[in-house]
Amino acid sequence: MFKWLDPYAKPETLYRICGLWFPWLMTLAVLTLLLGTVWGLGFTPADYQQGDSYRIIHIHVPAAIWSMGAYSSMAIAAFIALVWQIKVAQWAVGAIAPIGAVYTLIALLTGMAWGKPMWGTWWVWDARLTSELILLFLYLGVIALSGAFADRQMGAKASALLAVVGVVNLPIIHFSVEWWNTLHQGATITKFAKPSIDPSMLWPLLLSILGFALLLAALTCLRLRTAILLNEQHRPWVRALAQQSDQKGNVPQTNAGRTV
Amino acid sequence: MVMFKAAFVREWRLLARQKADWLNPLMFFVIVLTLFPLGIGAKPNLLAEIAPGIIWIAALLSVLLGAERLFKEDFRQGTLEQLVAADEPLFAYVLAKITSSWCSTALPLLFISPLIALLLGLNAAAWQAIVLSLLLGTPLLNLLAALGAALTLSADKGGILLALLILPLYIPLLIFASAAVDNATLGLDYSAQLAVLAAMLCLAAALVPLAVLKALRLNVG
Amino acid sequence: MAVFLVTTSLLSAFALSCVRQDRVLFDAVDVTLAAGELLHISGKNGAGKSSLLRILAGLAMPDEGEVLWCGEPLSHRQPHSDFAQSLCFIGHLSGVQPQLTALENLEFWQAAFQLKQADPYAVLATLGLAGLEDIPCQMLSAGQQRRVSLARLWLTQAKLWILDEPFTALDQSAIKLLQQQFKQHLEQGGAIILTTHQAMEQQFPQSRTLELVYRW
Repeated sequence: MFKWLDPYAKPETLYRICGLWFPWLMTLAVLTLLLGTVWGLGFTPADYQQGDSYRIIHIHVPAAIWSMGAYSSMAIAAFIALVWQIKVAQWAVGAIAPIGAVYTLIALLTGMAWGKPMWGTWWVWDARLTSELILLFLYLGVIALSGAFADRQMGAKASALLAVVGVVNLPIIHFSVEWWNTLHQGATITKFAKPSIDPSMLWPLLLSILGFALLLAALTCLRLRTAILLNEQHRPWVRALAQQSDQKGNVPQTNAGRTV
Repeated sequence: MVMFKAAFVREWRLLARQKADWLNPLMFFVIVLTLFPLGIGAKPNLLAEIAPGIIWIAALLSVLLGAERLFKEDFRQGTLEQLVAADEPLFAYVLAKITSSWCSTALPLLFISPLIALLLGLNAAAWQAIVLSLLLGTPLLNLLAALGAALTLSADKGGILLALLILPLYIPLLIFASAAVDNATLGLDYSAQLAVLAAMLCLAAALVPLAVLKALRLNVG
Repeated sequence: MAVFLVTTSLLSAFALSCVRQDRVLFDAVDVTLAAGELLHISGKNGAGKSSLLRILAGLAMPDEGEVLWCGEPLSHRQPHSDFAQSLCFIGHLSGVQPQLTALENLEFWQAAFQLKQADPYAVLATLGLAGLEDIPCQMLSAGQQRRVSLARLWLTQAKLWILDEPFTALDQSAIKLLQQQFKQHLEQGGAIILTTHQAMEQQFPQSRTLELVYRW
């Protein structure tokens, strides 16, 4: 059924595709992020309750959404790696994990910074923040496991398995934390008490969300390319690439492989 | 079934010859529990209030402590690679390992739980809740610990890494198990929490052995 | 084309390559093994002999190429129970649990590897371990422990034996005993793949040698 995908699982092909996509994705990401943040931070009206501090939403919400998104895409790659034994998929797990961890960290830090004026303390055991913190632990586990083996391939496979286990657990952890939260806390301030968000605030937010997604994709392409080169360094095609770039005296170009 | 029995008997022989393997986690459990009153003061009200949480945290730490050795010896001696090569006996072997590790690390906790309840000043109803939650929760502890042990089997720094990987996965268990005991100390109904624990146990019992199998194959390969 | 070639042999492998720690151990290695044949894999330390054995035993994946059992590829880790049941693998680790006695170890293997239900005392006696059955294996010498692990070969019904350095730590009489067992297994239509630094060619006319060249 998925036979048509087979050629893309070849490291060499994927290396070139990632090389082709990266500049476009990166340019688009930078443009959208610039537009989204400048619009969001500079030109939207202040909130009637939260004043200007709500503007951090333009960083916090996209980072939080895509920290989850990155974990799911990592788990999908891990699943493919385990079931169909596709190597590039297991390298993709290692490529996405640190990006996802940084997104999670951004979401946590901005969440704390937002909490300070809203709740009066830097940290509140709010269900969302706690879940996000546990998500960070799960990311760190995947990263730590992938680096713990003398054999790099074994590390990649083990962390892929852990990512799949984690994604099964994630909803359970999320709901139990939410349940625990309602049990132990009084009603915390719900951030989205208002039923809808004003369109003038919504559009820059959507732009930022799109921008974070594009950035995630672009960085994944970049890291995956590096991982492919690292793992395939003894293959003839990488050697040919290295020789070419030696002659040119610069780093491998995106289309270097095609001129052969 | 023959294989399960053989592997189970083998585990018991090993446990009988290496008593430290199951006695040490038990002693660790008791010692950690005595540290808490010393650290935060022995006011009876305070102790009863925090007892559910500390009992469960001590239980999961002591299970983790015993987890690393689970597959290590068989990995070092080459038994594991022979079992992986033979493929068929591996599943029964994993089940026997998990079952015997539950019997050796978690069952003793159940036996000394009346003592613990006395130490922490809990009443009979709370003790009953502790026993029930341990009964449903500790197999889950052992299942996940086995997964961690299998994942980190050939890693360089097994022990501490195992704890890092598995502790976040214990959070739902910790929440519901200590909530059950909590409710019991307050004289409330806690069957809902136990039902959630049972559901999580069923899910884990179905999925975790498969993941352990995969992790063992991977570490041996 | 390839399929016709394959069906005559028990185990075959094409264009195997193995990369460990960014070092190419071997590249484009072909292996064929028919019933009644012994394949001796030789090469210097670090040439990749053990890695090749592990790949042939289905424990590890080759980086390229594939292994066929009776013409069926093993490469996808589907349950290939037929292969696993026809295989007796003893790596350079003996698999003997040192805290258990020889008898207890054997008892476990009988259940795990579906060995013949023969009298374990008799087998251990054949191997010169009479009187040592009830002593924990950690008390035995290295050679005696190796004998305990090789006792599996007297009880197994597997067709293909893959053995990594089976002669290590054995004395002359034990080596002779083991070679006799090999002969018998080959005559009954079995096949053996092994690594050793012993000369095998004189005793086994049906043996072939595959030399792995050490490379950087």
